Amino acid sequence: MKEDKKLSVSAIQNGTVIDHIPAQNLFNVISILGLDQITENLVTFGTNFKSDRLGRKAIIKVSDKYFKDIEINKIALVAPTAKLNIIKDFEVVEKREVIVPSEIVGIARCMNPKCITNNEHIVTKFKVIDKNGNVALKCSYCEKITDQQHLQIIR
Amino acid sequence: MKNKSLVSIDDYSKEDYIEILRVAAEFEKNPVQNILEGRVVATLFFEPSTRTRLSFESAVNRLGGRVIGFTDSSSSSVSKGESLKDTILTVSNYSDLIVMRHPLEGSARYASEVATVPVINAGDGANQHPTQCLLDLYSIQKTQGTLENLKISMVGDLKYGRTVHSLIMAMSYFNPTFIFIAPDELKMPEEYKLFLDKKGIKYEEHTELAENIKDSDILYMTRVQRERFADPLEYEKVKNVYILKNKMLDGTKDNLKILHPLPRVNEINTDVDTNHKAYYFPQALNGVFTRQAIMAKILGLK
Repeated sequence: MKEDKKLSVSAIQNGTVIDHIPAQNLFNVISILGLDQITENLVTFGTNFKSDRLGRKAIIKVSDKYFKDIEINKIALVAPTAKLNIIKDFEVVEKREVIVPSEIVGIARCMNPKCITNNEHIVTKFKVIDKNGNVALKCSYCEKITDQQHLQIIR
Repeated sequence: MKNKSLVSIDDYSKEDYIEILRVAAEFEKNPVQNILEGRVVATLFFEPSTRTRLSFESAVNRLGGRVIGFTDSSSSSVSKGESLKDTILTVSNYSDLIVMRHPLEGSARYASEVATVPVINAGDGANQHPTQCLLDLYSIQKTQGTLENLKISMVGDLKYGRTVHSLIMAMSYFNPTFIFIAPDELKMPEEYKLFLDKKGIKYEEHTELAENIKDSDILYMTRVQRERFADPLEYEKVKNVYILKNKMLDGTKDNLKILHPLPRVNEINTDVDTNHKAYYFPQALNGVFTRQAIMAKILGLK
């Protein structure tokens, strides 16, 4: 099995490997990180790998790119289980867990159309709450809860 | 509380509630005091709400203050396309305190962030209306002599009614028992029931009005609105079920008081009005004392 995985997605020399992404959220992660817009770096991804924890997981490898904290926070909203491996010269030099922040500023959109943040130019702000074991966002303005299903990322 | 905006009922602690009620009782004894002399309160009503606005303005006037403002957004620069931020920043220069009502949810929180003077939320869409909640608390305490260990029946639209949601949050400090009486379409949302479960507060849910109010101390009525129903037939089925009639009050407790945030449409029959248990008009008067207390505390005058 391990052999198969290696063949499916080739190793990178320098960059970031994002592992343990829930397979159904792969394309969300790609879009949140803007990897569909990227023109320089080599991006490879694979999905539907078997995973004991997630059922099906996805992996993304981005060459010559290291992510900032704010970008990692964005991933936490759709893939809180993701793990980042920082690769230098084919070696994993650092492992980073995605930490779900307690507050999210300016990343997501409030799902309430009557919220002031959807009607004036205001940076959104949310408290991260737990809703039935999933990450959900409580708007600091209108106090309504935006759940995973309605989560929209501001790009 | 001094210089702090009041946007949401949970901006205040249990101690804050008790302090506001204490000061409100003071104003009830002596409602005309000149403590706001030379002060200007801006009442910015981006949507009309005659009762709330008049209650605030009455409170300011009885304290010797002056009021500036507008009564709906068509008579303000909003109609020229001015942003809320610019309106609030400008009015901050002209006033010591801003009272605002706005149709969008979260507008009051945002205003409190940009304003250089404190902001009192007089209703932001379906979200919060904390001064209504505090006057409800005052009315409950005044009529029952306490806020502790009361049985409170809430009737009507428990799904969308912001007043019932705020009241649940505020009363949760005082060991109440709640009786929720609503049609299935307008039941108390799960999140509030979870909140009560977490706090260990007892509640019952019913769809029948008359038989579930017999041992209540407070009967909190709200309006069942036609527009809340997806299926007009469903509305027709329940519209007359949640109308309180005088004869339904036979056999209820002597200390029972009926509250309603008003406006009433037909959910309380007018034959209830003369019953000594009807309290919705004195409740509105309590709103003036409570708002006097809130403004005096925020301006540091009490």
